[in-house]
Amino acid sequence: MPDCKDTLRELEQFLDSELNESVRAEIHGHLEGCPDCLQAFDFHAELRSVIAAKCSNDEMPPGLMSKIAKCFGPEVAGDDLNDAASTGDTRPTS
Amino acid sequence: MAARDDFPEQAMQYAPQLYSAAMRLTRNSADAEDLVQDTYLRAWRSFETFQEGTNLRAWLYRILTNSFINKYRAKQRRPDETGMDNIEDLYLYKRIGELDSALGSRSAEDTMFDMFTDDEVKSALEALPEKFRIPVLLADVEGFAYKEIAEMLDIPVGTVMSRLHRGRKGMHKLLYDFASARGLISKTTEPDHA
Repeated sequence: MPDCKDTLRELEQFLDSELNESVRAEIHGHLEGCPDCLQAFDFHAELRSVIAAKCSNDEMPPGLMSKIAKCFGPEVAGDDLNDAASTGDTRPTS
Repeated sequence: MAARDDFPEQAMQYAPQLYSAAMRLTRNSADAEDLVQDTYLRAWRSFETFQEGTNLRAWLYRILTNSFINKYRAKQRRPDETGMDNIEDLYLYKRIGELDSALGSRSAEDTMFDMFTDDEVKSALEALPEKFRIPVLLADVEGFAYKEIAEMLDIPVGTVMSRLHRGRKGMHKLLYDFASARGLISKTTEPDHA
């Protein structure tokens, strides 16, 4: 069973859902019996959800959707892309 | 190969979230608009390389981040990484974790939601140097896995993890600074345990 130090070390990977099943179960087991670690994990889980909510609520400028729709035309203006071509792909010729 | 006719509609459903992500990257709406349009132009041009059944959203974010890195990085001032190191682990928690739980509560999440304004949280993320900001955005806001972020940025998974760790601490410290500047937290509040 991991101790508090071991548990807190895995905090980020736990919240990122990146731990394998057995380690995740061990951490879970520690949290069930340790209010201090559980409080720390809860705090970071809540903080994460607040950050996600507050960083993803920008309102699109009016008109952007129709500009995007025009990106899918058969002929697109290429002048914005002169410096780029990072994908290395070309448009279909047909 | 995805049906070409369906592609625009499928891809456009992600426009609002791509725009928010572009705002965090470019930090202004004019460049964010350009970046999103650029992303869709490139996606359409390289449509053949998209394999149906793979993650369209991840593919669009990969194009978005690479377009940003290629096109806008040159315009940005040199990244300032001072202050990114030597931030202790659990920095914010040790300072406001107890406060948060003392405030109490029907819902701790509501409490924390009200603790920081939208602008403060956005500013804290946008203030991070790009090499930390992009992984934190992709993981904590967009919910991508380490492996997906590693592929998007063409860096090893271990590098993703260390940048997330440092970037999150940097962001948490900025959030603490905002909260104490507003007087929400007493400047003299110090963690009572190590």
